Amino acid sequence: MELYNEKLEAEFQSKIDSGQNIEAKDWMPEKYRKTHIRQISQHAHSEIIGMLPEGNWITRAPSLKRKITLLAKVQDEGGHGLYLYSAAETLGISRAELNEQLNSGRAKYSSIFNYPAVTWADMGAVGWLVDGAAIMNQVMLTRTSYGPYARAMVRICKEESFHQRQGYEIMLTLSKGTEVQKRMAQDALNRWWWPSLMMFGPRDEESVHTEQAMKWKIKLKSNDELRQQFVDQTVPQAELLGLTIPDPKLKWNAERGHYDFGDIDWEEFKRVVAGKGPCSYERLKTRNEAWDKGAWVREAAMAFAEKQQEKSLKEAS
Amino acid sequence: MNYQYLLLLADNPLILGHRLSELCGHGPTLETDIALTNIALDLFGQVRNYCQYAAELHGEGKTEDQVAFLRYEHEYRNVLLTEQPNHDFAWVIGRQYLFDAYHLPLLTQLSDSKDSRLAGIAMKSIKEVRYHHRFSSEWVKRLGGGTEESHQRMQAAMDQLWSYTGELFLETEDEKAMKEAGVGADYGKMRPHFDADVQQVFHEAGLVIPEGPWHRTIGKNGVHSENLGYILADLQYMQRTYPNMEW
Amino acid sequence: MNKDWPLWEVFIRSKSGLDHRHCGSLHAADAKMAIENARDVYTRRQEGVSIWVVPSSQITASDPEASGELFEPALDKVYRHPTFYDLPDALKHM
Repeated sequence: MELYNEKLEAEFQSKIDSGQNIEAKDWMPEKYRKTHIRQISQHAHSEIIGMLPEGNWITRAPSLKRKITLLAKVQDEGGHGLYLYSAAETLGISRAELNEQLNSGRAKYSSIFNYPAVTWADMGAVGWLVDGAAIMNQVMLTRTSYGPYARAMVRICKEESFHQRQGYEIMLTLSKGTEVQKRMAQDALNRWWWPSLMMFGPRDEESVHTEQAMKWKIKLKSNDELRQQFVDQTVPQAELLGLTIPDPKLKWNAERGHYDFGDIDWEEFKRVVAGKGPCSYERLKTRNEAWDKGAWVREAAMAFAEKQQEKSLKEAS
Repeated sequence: MNYQYLLLLADNPLILGHRLSELCGHGPTLETDIALTNIALDLFGQVRNYCQYAAELHGEGKTEDQVAFLRYEHEYRNVLLTEQPNHDFAWVIGRQYLFDAYHLPLLTQLSDSKDSRLAGIAMKSIKEVRYHHRFSSEWVKRLGGGTEESHQRMQAAMDQLWSYTGELFLETEDEKAMKEAGVGADYGKMRPHFDADVQQVFHEAGLVIPEGPWHRTIGKNGVHSENLGYILADLQYMQRTYPNMEW
Repeated sequence: MNKDWPLWEVFIRSKSGLDHRHCGSLHAADAKMAIENARDVYTRRQEGVSIWVVPSSQITASDPEASGELFEPALDKVYRHPTFYDLPDALKHM
C-alpha cells in the first residue's frame, strides 16, 4: 500500500511538473486535497466578507453612476465567492460545511476586509489597491494545477478587470476635485496602503506554506516577489493621482531596478490575522445574522421543491 | 411631457432599488443575493433613463443626479409600497411581487405612449420587469407553499403590504393629465391585469388576499411614511454633506 | 437545519450555432430556480442565449483510473484521420 501510494504520488507530481491539470476525480494526495480545500475556501470567504465594507456604501454612493457600478462590483464579488465555493465543492466538501467554517470563525479570510471603509474615497482606494493586489495573485492562479480552481480564476480575472479601473477612476475624480476631496483621497491611501502590502502574506522566510505550494503550482511567485511587483506598479499610479504614498523610506533603487520600501508592521498583521482587526467582530456578526435570518427561507424552498416533486410523481402514476 | 410625471415614474424604481441594494451581501443564499442585486441594477438603470429625460426637460443645466438626489422629502413621488423596509425575506418578496404586478402592465401601456422617448424607455424596461415578475411570483408561491413558518410569514407580510396597493391605482392630477394626453398610463385599463395576476398568484401560493386596501397617505403626492426620511438620509448623504462636487 | 440546496451543473450556449458548454455549478432548490440562478450568476455579461441545468448527482462520469483502457486504444487508430491517406497534391476538393 505504501509503495502503491508512493508510485501514485510520483505520477501525480510528474503530471503537475509537465503542466497538466489535476481534475476533481483524479487521484491526489490527501494533503493536496486538504490544502486546496483550505486555500480555495479562504479565497471564497474573502470574496464574501469582502462584499461587506464596500456594500456599506451602496446606499450612500454619491451619484447614480457610482451607485450602479459599485453595486455591480459587490455583486461580482458574490459571484466570485460562488465560483470558488463550487471549485472547493469538487473536492468533497459541502457549501454548508464551508459556510459553517466561516461563520464559526474557524476559517480564515483575507484580513484586509477587517479594516473599516469610512469614507467614499475608500471605495476608490479599495478598488485601486486591494483589488490591484488581489488581481496579481489571481492572474498567477489561472495557471495553478487544480483544474476547477484555475478555471474559476480565469472567469474571475476576466470579470475583475473592471474593478481596479473603477477604483482608480474614483480616486482620479477625487484627486481632480476640491480640496476636501483631495484630502479624502489622501486619507484613504494613508489608511489602505500598509494593509494592502500585508495582503501578500508574511515574508518569504516566514511563510510556512510557500515551498509546498510552489511544488503544486498553487503559487508561482513568492509573497515578497508579488509584493515588490505591486509596489513597483502602484507608485507611478499614485504619482499620476498626485497623492503621496505614506512611506518615508519609499525610494527608487536603480541598482535593483525596483522601489525600496519601509518595514511593514508585522505585529499589526499578526493581530489582524488572529481576529483582532478593527472590524473582525462586525464582519462575522453580519455574516452570521444574514445566514441565520435566511434559514427559514432555505428550508421553505427545499420543502416546496419536495412537495412539487411528490405532486408530479403522483400525477405520473 | 410633464416633469412631475417623470418623477412619479423615476422614484418608484429609485426607492425600491435602494431597499434592494440594502440587502446586497445579506441574502439567504449567495445565489438569491446575486439575483436580487440584478433586479436592483435593472431598476437603477431605469431610474437613470427617467432622470436623464427629466433633467433635459427641466433645462437650466440640471443633471440626472440633481434630479435623483437633491429634492426635499415631500418632492419624492414614490408610492409608499416601495419604501417599506426589509423586515424579513417575505416582506422583500411580497413588496417586489406587488410592485411587479403593477409595474408590468404599467410599462406595457407606456410602451404605447405618444411620447416616443418614454415609449422607448418602457420597451427596454419591460423585458427586465417581466423577469422580475417571474422571479418574485415564483418566490411568493415557494414561500406560500413551503413550510408552515414560511406560509405564515408570507401571509403576514402580505396582510401589511396589501394595504399599500390602493395607492398604486389612485390617479393623481399629473397622471390624469398625462393619460388624457395619450402619454401616460390609464389605470382603468391596467387594473384588471393586476387583479387577475394577484388572484392567480395568491391562489397558487395558497394565500388569502387581505381585506382592504385601507386608506394610507399618498406617497405620490409627497406624503410619506416614516421610512423615507431614513432612506433619504443615506441616499442624499454625500450630495448634502459635500455639495456641488463631481464624483 | 444545515442542509444545502442541491448542487446543479450549468451549461451555457454562448450564441446560437454553438454547443452548450459547461461553465460551472450552483445551488438551487428546484429546476426552475436553478435556471434562474444560472441566468443571474453566469450570464451577467451577455455570456449566453440558452441555459441547461442538470442535478450534479445525475451525472455519471468515467473513472479516471480507467482512462488507459478507455482512451488509449484510440491513439494508434491514425487511419481515422484524413492525414493518414497519401494522395497527390494535384487532387482538389477532397
